[in-house]
Amino acid sequence: MRNAFLNELYELAREDPRIVFVTGDLGFGVVEGFMEELPDQFVNAGVAEQNMTGLAAGMALSGRIVFTYSIANFPTLRCLEHIRNDVCYHDADVKVVSVGGGFAYGSMGATHHATEDLGVMRLLPNMVVVAPGDPVEARAATRAVVARPGPCYLRLGKAGEPVVHEEPIDFELGRALGVREGSDATVISTGGMLPLAVRAAAALAVDGVDVRVLSMHTLKPLDDEAVLRAVDETRAVVTLEEHSIVGGLGSAVSELLAERNGARARFKRLGVPPRFSPRVGSQEFLLAENGLDVETIGATVKSLLEPAP
Amino acid sequence: MTLSGSDERTGAVGVDELARRIRVHCVEMTARANASHVGGALSAADILAVLYGKILRFDATKPDWPDRDRFILSKGHACTALYAALAETGYFPLEKLETFYADGSPLAGHATHKDMPGVEVSTGSLGHGLPLSTGMALAGRRDGRAYRVFCLISDGECNEGSTWEPALFAPHHSLDNLVVIVDYNKIQSLGRVEDVIDLAPLADKWRAFGWATEELDGHDTRALESALERVPLEAGKPTCIVAHTVKGKGVSFMEDELLWHYRAPLGDLLDRALAEIGPPR
Repeated sequence: MRNAFLNELYELAREDPRIVFVTGDLGFGVVEGFMEELPDQFVNAGVAEQNMTGLAAGMALSGRIVFTYSIANFPTLRCLEHIRNDVCYHDADVKVVSVGGGFAYGSMGATHHATEDLGVMRLLPNMVVVAPGDPVEARAATRAVVARPGPCYLRLGKAGEPVVHEEPIDFELGRALGVREGSDATVISTGGMLPLAVRAAAALAVDGVDVRVLSMHTLKPLDDEAVLRAVDETRAVVTLEEHSIVGGLGSAVSELLAERNGARARFKRLGVPPRFSPRVGSQEFLLAENGLDVETIGATVKSLLEPAP
Repeated sequence: MTLSGSDERTGAVGVDELARRIRVHCVEMTARANASHVGGALSAADILAVLYGKILRFDATKPDWPDRDRFILSKGHACTALYAALAETGYFPLEKLETFYADGSPLAGHATHKDMPGVEVSTGSLGHGLPLSTGMALAGRRDGRAYRVFCLISDGECNEGSTWEPALFAPHHSLDNLVVIVDYNKIQSLGRVEDVIDLAPLADKWRAFGWATEELDGHDTRALESALERVPLEAGKPTCIVAHTVKGKGVSFMEDELLWHYRAPLGDLLDRALAEIGPPR
């Protein structure tokens, strides 16, 4: 996703001199081309995320479309109030980009686990929150956020994620993408959980359970309609996120459903408990530790479909 | 708008009269609202008068003019002085100042840009103005525009790491269209600066970071004008003016008193304050 984003941004920046890429001294091996070809549209803010963010807002208020870029929690939590006041309050055209959302930097330790970013960004007024599900969505999202003026948070994985969308997609901010049809249950996925959602749905199909998969690439504004269709048309809804179950996709869907009395489907959030990971490990290891695997998703869907005791 | 066209923008009043009027508004607004922060507004009054009276290139009828100089009040709690300067230079009617702090008013207790022509950005949380200013200066430089960015910060704000991040960045990028003015009134929220987190030697710190730095008396309008007319003080370097000021300047019982970071001059105290600020010059 990182490379898809950078390649797309590079292309867009060549066409549009307003686009500026501001990095917090990260991107070794992947940003040098941009830096060399478009020096007037590149800034290395150094290891100084508060200034990176305020500076980006200042540039945006002077007519630029500015991307700030760093990894894990550095471009978000480290400089949160600068995002709130400088970017969001001024409705500045700043796109905050984090590479390595979730457990992408799993072995590096809990400091590098970005598992609250979506929730925190979702709280901020004027902020659009986007977590693409695969490299194809990452490219489309990059183009979409440039076309939409105003603050945005773009949460990316690292590199090497599988492509889920083999066909061209009709990407629109705020509108979930249907990845698989299904009538028994729905798995709503955000960010890099999409391939896992698709694999879990395929495994459930073998057992005769027909699962719909939605890629909720935009967490805010949430596609309420797609969620409500899922609870009306299927009997179980599971949210899937590489993020705390507090504040992110599961919370957003819960909030919607709680105020819609009489929702038909049963509902469960799958994600990370609100805690620091007691152990480090690879992304796969930590996902499995938190029940983000095909088996747990399958068991959860099946149990929701069982008649209530 | 010409660089020195002070007469048309201040209604033919001089800088010292503009400073006096700013002080009157600061005291009256603070009293009417029973608000805080009059001390830090008064310490900045002369700096604002020189900027708006003599230095800044702007057109109050076109607050979005792309080539205007930007003024960023990073010490947003001194907003009464900014609102006063903007009203006195024609951005909005003077009567609007009477709505400071009032229910439903855009004149918030910290500088707020919403529905406020001339207020470039909202501040109030300290340590935000200089990063924003640096971004504006960098964009102006890369766009080939001639505008300058003037950012007024407090001494307490020099405790914030986010002040020193752009302090490192701006000289590295040779942003000589950026000017920071430190309103060094020596008192912060809980005490004297030297007792809380001593900044001395403050000018040397900015120099060491790569800023062309000058120290002056922040109430000497001639000295302020002379320095600010010469910016950048050195080609290729951002400018820092360390302005030694007195908190509460112009009202004897407020001067150099921590209490007047918080207190509003009510009743007799308002009359005494206005008497000391004096009649038009």
